[in-house]
Amino acid sequence: MNLFEYQGRELYEKHAIPCAKGFVVESMQDLEAKMAQAHYPVVVKAQVLVGGRGKAGGVKFADNAAQLREVTKGILGLNIKGHVTKKVMVAQKLDFAKEFYLGIMVDRATRKFLMLFSADGGVEIESVPEERIFKTTIDPLTGFQPFHARAVLLKSGLDADVQKQLAGVMAKLYTLFVKEDAELAEINPLAIQRDGKVVAGDAKVVLNDSAVFRHPEFKQKDENMTDLEQEAKERGVALVQLDGNIGVMANGAGLTMGTLDALTQFGGKAGVFLDLSGTDNPEKVAEAVRLMKKAKPAVMFLNLFGGITKCDTVANGLVTVLRKEGVEFPIITRIKGTNAKEANEILHSFGLETAPTLDAAAKKASEMAKNPSAYKIVRATPGGI
Amino acid sequence: MVVVLTSDSRIVVQGATGYQGQFHIGQMKQFGTNVVAGVTPGKGGEKVHDVPVFDTVAEAVQVAKANTSLIFVPAPYAKDAVIEAVDAGCKVVIVITEHIPVHDSAVFVNYAKAKGVTLIGPNCPGACSPGPKSKVGILPGVIFKPGPVAVASKSGTLTYEIVGALSEAGIGQSSVLGLGGDPIPGTTLLDAVKLFEHDADTKAIVLVGEIGGGHEEEAAEYIQRTGLAKRKPIYAYVAGQTAPEGKKMGHAGALVEKGKGTAASKLAAFKAAGVKVAVFPTDIAQFVKTDLRL
Repeated sequence: MNLFEYQGRELYEKHAIPCAKGFVVESMQDLEAKMAQAHYPVVVKAQVLVGGRGKAGGVKFADNAAQLREVTKGILGLNIKGHVTKKVMVAQKLDFAKEFYLGIMVDRATRKFLMLFSADGGVEIESVPEERIFKTTIDPLTGFQPFHARAVLLKSGLDADVQKQLAGVMAKLYTLFVKEDAELAEINPLAIQRDGKVVAGDAKVVLNDSAVFRHPEFKQKDENMTDLEQEAKERGVALVQLDGNIGVMANGAGLTMGTLDALTQFGGKAGVFLDLSGTDNPEKVAEAVRLMKKAKPAVMFLNLFGGITKCDTVANGLVTVLRKEGVEFPIITRIKGTNAKEANEILHSFGLETAPTLDAAAKKASEMAKNPSAYKIVRATPGGI
Repeated sequence: MVVVLTSDSRIVVQGATGYQGQFHIGQMKQFGTNVVAGVTPGKGGEKVHDVPVFDTVAEAVQVAKANTSLIFVPAPYAKDAVIEAVDAGCKVVIVITEHIPVHDSAVFVNYAKAKGVTLIGPNCPGACSPGPKSKVGILPGVIFKPGPVAVASKSGTLTYEIVGALSEAGIGQSSVLGLGGDPIPGTTLLDAVKLFEHDADTKAIVLVGEIGGGHEEEAAEYIQRTGLAKRKPIYAYVAGQTAPEGKKMGHAGALVEKGKGTAASKLAAFKAAGVKVAVFPTDIAQFVKTDLRL
């Protein structure tokens, strides 16, 4: 989960990483209440989880209270690439002499941690030439050691005092990275001010979703998720909304992705990825079908491979919803594995289309999606037998 | 000789008395797996399907001579459980638990490696060697059949699909490893390929990848460099060709980030290495049947 800059900054302060003094406001009244905390000149930054906010008018400066009110008013509510600004951060404007990049991340390739440092900060790290980025791998078993700092700073050509300050920030950022369960902790720019002091000019922290239980203060809506994706997540269902019109429900992440891919072979396009995972409780399946209904696909494609999960249990969950509430779209199914025969009998009794193989089902789903009204739709049974 | 699970594997199940533990101890015993012990702290002396339960893994190793651990304990306690198993002397540890914090798996994956322990998972369905009748995890027993094909996969259900189709076509398996869909796995596709490469019972290899990270490319690079696909035919399927960037597709590790970890890149790497790539997962059985003239 990506944290907002102001949340990252709060973590920096907690771990004694030097940053500009500042505060966050969510309304003009809020600003009035906190006005006295401003040390002019200040920078006012939109708190959105999308890059390029400066170009979009989400970063402005103010030299006095009147200007601060004016720019805050302009930025609050500003829509930046579809992200509406709900909060702004007001921070002391710093006078940078030089800008660096520092990042620590989980490295899937080495299965350890990677620290990156570049003397060319303040721009996207992807745009910095490879030979200008210094890297060192940190073993999670032993953690950060002073030599890791020497490894990335040795060729930087920086003054001994600056190197010492940077090494201190690296040690603290590593502590934050581990203690706060971050997948990524990045300071860009990490700057030297004219007075020679090193300070964090921005704060980017990505928390590990699986570790949020250790950090309940960050149980918040993930801004990169749609409302329906968020609702599904809270119910323990992996759901992703896509730009096609076929609602895919399958069991297992790989099979669900494989089903999406199979559709493209026949010109179909998925609008929903819904992974039932190991769910074999009919009530949980019914909940998943209700989530699917909210996504309003043109066609639903249920693809099951029953292992430990019994296919008939899943079929029963689906028909619970069909019986009581009905659906607004035709359904195609492909069922294989444990108790597939029983499942198919249940589904046939509701007149649902079944296909014998993945490719046949994907082909049929793609055809149905082109003209869904030509296919039978199961409405609620009166009285809900 | 098959890999990871052999006729000598003696299983201890950590988290034995929970719903999953109890159910799968029953399933594994039915398959023929040598489950010798369970562990649940505070429940020592109890039995699950006639299997004795101990308070610690060390006791299970000393008394019941367990050498392979299967972990079902909930995510917040999984790191503790893995380190306990490694310190007790288990040589293979299989972690089924999902949603383990990545900092916990980073520690126990590196710890197991440093101690020479084979770790599979986390967030995986387990492993199976059908020949010696050893199935450890939550894989459905009915799909397996002994034979010459090794399978390593990042996806559980796709493994079942592919193994099921192989068995239906009369093609058995030497070893099946469910590696899991987490960003930091104990055993990568490359680790699996190296195990299969030297296994005399394995005549062909099936690899199932998915979007995210670069473990498919890493395996492909090794296969290309060693020319392995010329000695043992290798087949691959990669899920997630249509997955959008920046969205986690069900697994913690299934994520395309800034154009990296795409299915296209993985498929291209496999093709360049002489690996035969399938469009539908179920195609693989037919490929193997034709090539091995079975």
